[in-house]
Amino acid sequence: MLTRFFLMGLDRKAGVVLTILALLAVLVPVSTLLVPADSPFHLSIFTVSLLGKYLCFALLALALDLVWGYCGILSLGHAAFFALGGYAMGMHLMRQIGPRGVYGNPVLPDFMVFLNWTELPWYWLGFDHFWFAALMVLAVPGALAFAFGWFAFRSRVTGVYLSIITQAMTFALLLAFFRNDMGFGGNNGLTDFKEILGADIQAPGTRVGLFVATVVALALSYMIASGIIGSKLGKVLVAVRDTESRVRFLGYNTEHYKLFAWTLSACMAGVAGALYVPQVGIINPSEFAPASSIEAVIWVAVGGRGTLAGAILGAVLVNFGKSYFTGALPELWLFALGGLFVAVTLFLPKGLLGLGAQLMARMPKSKSLPNGKPADQKGM
Amino acid sequence: MSAEDTLLYLDGVSVSFDGFRALNSLSLVMMPGEMRAIIGPNGAGKTTMMDVITGKTRPDHGTILFEGATDLTKLREASIANLGIGRKFQRPTVFEPHTVWDNLELALKAPRGPLKTLTYAIGRDDKARIEEILDVTRLSPKRDRIAGSLSHGEKQWLEIGMLLAQDPKLLLVDEPVAGMTDAETEQTAQLLCDIAGKHSVIVVEHDMSFVRALGVKVTVLAEGSVLAEGSLDAVSANQQVIDVYLGR
Amino acid sequence: MRRALRWLLAVCVVAATTSVALAADLRPLVQSLGTGGYAGTEKGLAQLSEAGDPAAVPVIEALQAGDLYVRKADGVVVIARKAGSDYALTDPLGGASLGEAPAGAIEKIKVNNALRRAISASLGALTLMSPDAGIRRSAADAVFKSRDATALDALNTALAKEQDSSVRRAMEQARAAITLTAGASDEDTRVAVATLAGRSDQDALALLSSVASSSSASETAKAAAASAIASVQLKLTLWGVAQNLWYGLSLGSVLLLAAIGLAVTFGVMGVINMAHGEMVMIGAYTTFMVQELFRAHAPGLFDLSILVALPAAFLVSGGVGILIERSVIRWLYGRPLETLLATWGLSLALQQAVRSIFGPSNREVGAPSWMSGAFELGGLTITYGRLWIVVFAFAVFAALLVALKRTWFGLSIRAVTQNRPMANAMGIRTAKVDALTFGLGSGIAGLAGVALSQIDNVSPNLGQGYIIDSFMVVVFGGVGNLWGTLVGALTLGTLNKFLEPYAGAVLGKILVLIFIILFIQRRPRGLFALKGRAVEA
Repeated sequence: MLTRFFLMGLDRKAGVVLTILALLAVLVPVSTLLVPADSPFHLSIFTVSLLGKYLCFALLALALDLVWGYCGILSLGHAAFFALGGYAMGMHLMRQIGPRGVYGNPVLPDFMVFLNWTELPWYWLGFDHFWFAALMVLAVPGALAFAFGWFAFRSRVTGVYLSIITQAMTFALLLAFFRNDMGFGGNNGLTDFKEILGADIQAPGTRVGLFVATVVALALSYMIASGIIGSKLGKVLVAVRDTESRVRFLGYNTEHYKLFAWTLSACMAGVAGALYVPQVGIINPSEFAPASSIEAVIWVAVGGRGTLAGAILGAVLVNFGKSYFTGALPELWLFALGGLFVAVTLFLPKGLLGLGAQLMARMPKSKSLPNGKPADQKGM
Repeated sequence: MSAEDTLLYLDGVSVSFDGFRALNSLSLVMMPGEMRAIIGPNGAGKTTMMDVITGKTRPDHGTILFEGATDLTKLREASIANLGIGRKFQRPTVFEPHTVWDNLELALKAPRGPLKTLTYAIGRDDKARIEEILDVTRLSPKRDRIAGSLSHGEKQWLEIGMLLAQDPKLLLVDEPVAGMTDAETEQTAQLLCDIAGKHSVIVVEHDMSFVRALGVKVTVLAEGSVLAEGSLDAVSANQQVIDVYLGR
Repeated sequence: MRRALRWLLAVCVVAATTSVALAADLRPLVQSLGTGGYAGTEKGLAQLSEAGDPAAVPVIEALQAGDLYVRKADGVVVIARKAGSDYALTDPLGGASLGEAPAGAIEKIKVNNALRRAISASLGALTLMSPDAGIRRSAADAVFKSRDATALDALNTALAKEQDSSVRRAMEQARAAITLTAGASDEDTRVAVATLAGRSDQDALALLSSVASSSSASETAKAAAASAIASVQLKLTLWGVAQNLWYGLSLGSVLLLAAIGLAVTFGVMGVINMAHGEMVMIGAYTTFMVQELFRAHAPGLFDLSILVALPAAFLVSGGVGILIERSVIRWLYGRPLETLLATWGLSLALQQAVRSIFGPSNREVGAPSWMSGAFELGGLTITYGRLWIVVFAFAVFAALLVALKRTWFGLSIRAVTQNRPMANAMGIRTAKVDALTFGLGSGIAGLAGVALSQIDNVSPNLGQGYIIDSFMVVVFGGVGNLWGTLVGALTLGTLNKFLEPYAGAVLGKILVLIFIILFIQRRPRGLFALKGRAVEA
């Protein structure tokens, strides 16, 4: 049953994506850990973490594409789910610091000692267990998305209105997480992590392990997403995207479909955030900023909305560009990003991959035209 | 008249938009297996009537009962559709990025929950049913075409096909022959008459020759309520009908 | 130049004051402050207050501040203030400079607690007789605060002569405060309580409470105090509500200004302009530029700079808006989500452009004199700046309403938004109308920028702070309805300000956001939604 589901979505494009990911999962550890440092094929730990960061963003983009590209929900608040997953992981890593903090308190993280708190708030309980934190990485973004989506979709908030209230949601969370008395480290967020699952978080082996975990998560999410899209559910989603009311008159509860995709997507974003935090070593409220969410949207748009591979490609390309620009020409980065937004919407509405797919789709169509019935030529 | 035994029972249904009364105490009864043609001038409330039956618009007043018992005014579109009321829109709306086959598969009577559709695998019966509908609607050669690339007439047929795939008890058909050739119009009339044996059908149409070809009871709507009811010849002779509609 | 002028002025003032005969009479009294220790100082002080000459006020103030010294060499009383390592000496009467002296050459006239009370009492008494009503009034307020019984005589004398009714009231209240503090007959206490009940503030409340809870006061006095407390508390609550309403109105008008341009581009045209905040920002920077020009070329006319900035900001922001519409937005009509992304990109680029040109730090925008300061209205303090912004916001709203309802341009806009092909067929050049409408919305954002430059930091991020709030206002009020925007802005502003005292500013804002998110669920099309079939399409 499950295998059939996974196989259903696997076409040639999926094969390419999964092969590339598999190669990354093998080659990167080898060239980092086994190839000597003076070889041209050696990858530094810094590069591995950078690649890992890109792939986390790719997973966020994949999640966003699932709702935007296939379900027509333009979320301007997806970074909120990413950040919530990140915070859940960050809380676990904070608990792992134990007495090694600046204040040496075995239970309380430094910022709580600094605030003169005497005991751990209830919502921090349980995060010392990895499995609990891992559950929360899925459950917290998922629950928020479910509650938000339940109300929003039921009352048929759509289009621009939905986008604006998702933005309001992440903005409210941004303000909330900035507050010190929320108990999430306020402005500074959570940082100074020491170890994950007993391994030193700075050690090359751990870094490579995190990278491989990210690749696996991305590959798994890709397979889930393409499995869904290939199923009848995926076809209903696309139908909802284009003509929602018509789908309702066929007897489908479109709200449930949107809620399913939306919640699943939020969980994926949460996983991306959880993998991101140990690799960059910090999570702070700026991840909630509306700008982060909109930036994720442009990754998807660049690669091509409605193509899963495009979302991954877009995220990696744009972030590579960002790393390059902010290093070499920091003044120009915002011009470049702004220009990218305008250029993509004006000239590349289907993104890089969409462009190719569009051209390919056109060829067999033109061939089939002469075979059509006479009714073809008539009509409009 | 009592609501029992009826398939669809509308009593005193009123709807207004910003002071404009689209439906004005409309009452209408459909028996199981009946086919009815509805005519009327623009703004008579034909489309609004379909909207209130299918749950798109909530009436301000009035009763709408399905099969004598189910109150449609309390339900949402999807639930109403699942009761067995199918609708074809005035402007053909099909799922343009999907193939003809996928359009029919989506419409095909089957469990409608997300998890059910996620694990749905098409069975032999369903395949046979889709093949059958493809034949009836003459879309067999175009089963793998993207619906968006069909001509206007083909889209009309595809939508009728989707309606058949839904296998509803009551079909609401809004201007099915708009944009069709005379031959296609005739075929459509024949198709609807075939369907009418097993299902109830309400057809809204302007095309008088089409209505005549259907040869069924006609209801004339004007200004949101029923003006006349009876055979086409009887209503055509009605002076009021001539004044508001036919005479113009 | 300016220093020389000031010096000249000082000389004139000194000449004028020393020429007054009375000053000579005061001198021995001033001199007596410096002899005989505390007792001597107290005696001198009493004589100074009895003389009743306002010229003694600076002397006593210096004594209060600990700036009054005796020059050891000749025993002359002087005012000494630290200047470098030495002290600068001045004549306490008239302020003429007496040169400098090292710390060792002078001795401070010491003050103890008993003296301190006497000082404030005599200051109160002296200023109560001042010819300036403002000084008399603040003196009465000072006595009210100190409740010094020694000022009672002076207060009575002053009351007998007082003509100004508001000063009179202040003096009566001060007298009542003294009466209540010192304890008095039942009848006097009753009168005092009644007087204080008219003064509805925390001070009066504290005084009245002390009466109500004192053991010496009679039952009738206590009852009178209790009922006075109730009435004062009610008034205080009402003023608190009024204050919140005013803050709400003030915040609401800021929101209105920020959102009203959006109501045109989003509400009327259906275009999501995420760069709207940057249009506001450009308006603010235009104000800065205009003020720079005034500072450089016509500093005397600085008060007029805002009036020039208004049309300038409207034209600059409107021009940028038209440019954006012609170059980007017109290709994206009917694709609101794409418009949203493209304009977001533009907003990033505009922010960076302004950052590159003007730098990332805040720019100083000054307030003209007629916009600074404040006045009191009952228990409210209203700053002129805020008042002008409220007035301005409503003026812009009214002007826009008239423009849309009564002008040919407004008619064209409505025609195009309601039925584009028909408008086209009637000979309206829709492309031109689109561009001008967008320009209008952006221009209004520019006007908002002028106003916001008065109350917010002018930095490249100025607009970002307002964009989400503006969208909330428009969506809450109902798209396509200017009145909805007005009601939305005022409601959200007031709601925010009423939540703030209970929840704090940040939490209040979060609560408002959650409120809007939930509200949109109830009414997806806002407070003043358009109904009917046209909307469904």
